Amino acid sequence: MNTENTMQDKVKEIVKKYKGDKSALVAILQDVQDEYRYLPKEALLTIHEQMDIPMARVYEVATFYDAFSLTPRGRFIIEVCTGTTCHVQGGMNLLDTFERSLRINCGETTEDGLFSVDRVGCLGCCSIAPVVRVNDTIHPQMTQDEIPRVLRTYMAKRYGR
Amino acid sequence: MVKLVIDGKTVQAEEGKILLTVARENGIEIPTLCSHETLENTGACRLCVVEITKGKRKKIVTSCLYAAEDGIVVDTKSDRVLKVRRFVMQFLMARCPTSDVIRDMAANMGIAPETRFKPSEDGKTCIFCRLCVKACEDVVGVSALGFAFRGVDKALGTPYREPSPACIGCGSCAYICPTRQITMSSTENTRSICGKTFKMKACSVCGRYFAPEEQLAFISKKTGVDLEALSVCSSCR
Repeated sequence: MNTENTMQDKVKEIVKKYKGDKSALVAILQDVQDEYRYLPKEALLTIHEQMDIPMARVYEVATFYDAFSLTPRGRFIIEVCTGTTCHVQGGMNLLDTFERSLRINCGETTEDGLFSVDRVGCLGCCSIAPVVRVNDTIHPQMTQDEIPRVLRTYMAKRYGR
Repeated sequence: MVKLVIDGKTVQAEEGKILLTVARENGIEIPTLCSHETLENTGACRLCVVEITKGKRKKIVTSCLYAAEDGIVVDTKSDRVLKVRRFVMQFLMARCPTSDVIRDMAANMGIAPETRFKPSEDGKTCIFCRLCVKACEDVVGVSALGFAFRGVDKALGTPYREPSPACIGCGSCAYICPTRQITMSSTENTRSICGKTFKMKACSVCGRYFAPEEQLAFISKKTGVDLEALSVCSSCR
């Protein structure tokens, strides 16, 4: 009950920041996603009530973009590039290794909520292929051997926050 | 007024009038699925394609969106049009193999399914024309329906596939759906639509169940007419 109230307040605050501008829906959803690492149902309902946008429309936008998730995502989102250059340089092998080490499939999140693995089209830095992006950090010229070390670094960071 | 030629016939039309309307007024038939008089056309089904010649150029356009222009020559049955329409029809048949509406339409046009296109196995007959969503939003004014997800996962429904609190059970979506994807079922005093079951209101004069209670409450709220006055069915009014 209490957490729901604070979630409502938090979402109301975000909506207020955009002065209830209906065209800012995507930006508002992005902020909510940043806050909770997914779009909780209560948050979508609050947006619907606060902005006077039909729930069906909010849900349409929330499910349309890959950047939004309706289920909780990991604290660290591992995006393995499988664009042309990274693919040629073995990006798919990196994806395989991440999936195997974390025992999840692409698009899923580990049980402890720490990691999510995704494949992306191109991160726009083909000269340092193959690349992997974890949250906002780019890991250039990745190899499969480096993966355990990278994962350990982020596991250690868990206690940092 | 502008002058244009449709299938060899010179016709006059108001400038800006939609080609499909002009053709139909002149007795020329163009097949459509997603065009409805109460809603704006969106060109979703692509069946209304026609070929227009403007100066030296020819192009294929959707007649439900193209405004009449002076001097254009419209051909609704050229080889190119028939070829495009055949493909569209075959795509629709592959998308909704179980739809009798589409199957009959194709049979009327003499179009057989294209074997290269693998028929969809989801059993749905939705062609994603959005008529139901627009009717729910623009005509009824409740917006209970919408699409969810994208690409191959795109599906019609209420948010989270749960019965929508916004739905008033009016049945507009089922009525307007050209391929009968949305169905409505009734018993004597209930009606079920979009996963929600509504209690029907009995007419205060003849006692016949005639409309969902939630719909009457919505109309009363919207128009300011007393709910009691609305509790009389149309034949007793």
